[in-house]
Amino acid sequence: MPRSGSNEIAGYTISPMVKSFYSTPTGPVPQVASNLSFGDKLGTFRARIGALRSSYRIAPGIYCIGSPNASSPVLVTGNYKLSFDTLRKELSEIDCWILVIDSRGINVWCAAGKGTFSTEEISYQINKCNLDQIVNHRKIILPQLGATGVAAHELKSLCGFTGVFGPIRADDIPHFLAKGQISSEMRNITFTLLERLSLIPVEICLFWKSLLIIFAITFILSGLSPNFFSLNSAIERTIFGSFFTLIGIVTGAALTPLLLPWTFFRQFWLKGALLGVLTSLATLSILSGKNLAENLAIIFWITSLSSFLAMNFTGSTPFTSLTGVAKEMRRGLPFQIVSATIACILWVMSSFL
Amino acid sequence: MKSFKYLDDTAILTLDTEKCTGCSRCITVCPHSVLAVSNKIAHIVDPNSCMECGACVKNCPENALFTNPDDGCGCAAYIIASWVAKLRGTPSNCAC
Repeated sequence: MPRSGSNEIAGYTISPMVKSFYSTPTGPVPQVASNLSFGDKLGTFRARIGALRSSYRIAPGIYCIGSPNASSPVLVTGNYKLSFDTLRKELSEIDCWILVIDSRGINVWCAAGKGTFSTEEISYQINKCNLDQIVNHRKIILPQLGATGVAAHELKSLCGFTGVFGPIRADDIPHFLAKGQISSEMRNITFTLLERLSLIPVEICLFWKSLLIIFAITFILSGLSPNFFSLNSAIERTIFGSFFTLIGIVTGAALTPLLLPWTFFRQFWLKGALLGVLTSLATLSILSGKNLAENLAIIFWITSLSSFLAMNFTGSTPFTSLTGVAKEMRRGLPFQIVSATIACILWVMSSFL
Repeated sequence: MKSFKYLDDTAILTLDTEKCTGCSRCITVCPHSVLAVSNKIAHIVDPNSCMECGACVKNCPENALFTNPDDGCGCAAYIIASWVAKLRGTPSNCAC
């Protein structure tokens, strides 16, 4: 049996994505694989369903792909592992350095908005890694979506490096590196069906805490009866009602994002409300309540829930403005509160009819 | 790709043409092609596509651009939290 390698240091674990350590003037630099392992893909899956969020991070610092030299390009990204994986899997044919900023485990765009992917953090990391000893040029390539937090023109005075904004999407980087520029198409953000689809699981999975509260309230409201409280009715109607809650969630958090370009309205609460009315009517045509009050309660409830979740999806889109969201919330939120209240009153009333 | 449009005449974005030198940095960073340079000066050509991300403001060396300075990712949950925080007088923090 051979002894442990020189890169095994007490208290540290070598990340599975590290193939070997690459010798540089500042010491060994981890050389990462450009293909994703099963473990990486499992991590992506867990991050997508919200099981891993702020903890899905890698150590900030300098990494490399292939066999870069002093004149190889330096690409900058954040330390959310999903971002890092997205970047490295596009760089299989490219020898380069990757400077990972401590964005606190958050993706580049959100971190830039919060100020953790910033001009100062990048300068700090460049100095900490002694990047000036690793490369002989003074240029770093920044992700375009980091521009919200990074003033490229201020970088030089802080750390001696100039920042150039590369493309938005990692898969355009090989083209950018080869040609030195990109088309205006690549500078514009997309929001394709597939991109929207990948956001849906986390939208639904992060709702479970609120779901428990909804179950509790449904249980209490369902039990109220002419003889004060009926446990039988509470259990029976909670199961019945929860089915419609589920329909509301699917409509607001999945159907609305998928049908985003085709739902007529611009305001998200209206998109969600419209689809909520439609799905509740469709569901009721298959499985209906015991009387008109209960059916109306279901329509109001699904509409309210779907409208709220659709409105909340604005935070996941790459085209809604803060002023716009605040504006639509001043209309949407009262509608949702009134609609949910009516649903609760009708749900209780139906037991007394 | 301009398949998505949000609310018209809502987003806050202003450009001080007196200060602008036409350096084009704002055109590079904008993810929605809101700005364009013609006659050596930037122009807001598509204000309704602006999402107030602030990339152009941050990268303008002349401080010629202005957008809604409130931070936050524009999600409803964050705005509710910030409204609640304002009522209670406590600072708010985004969880996403």
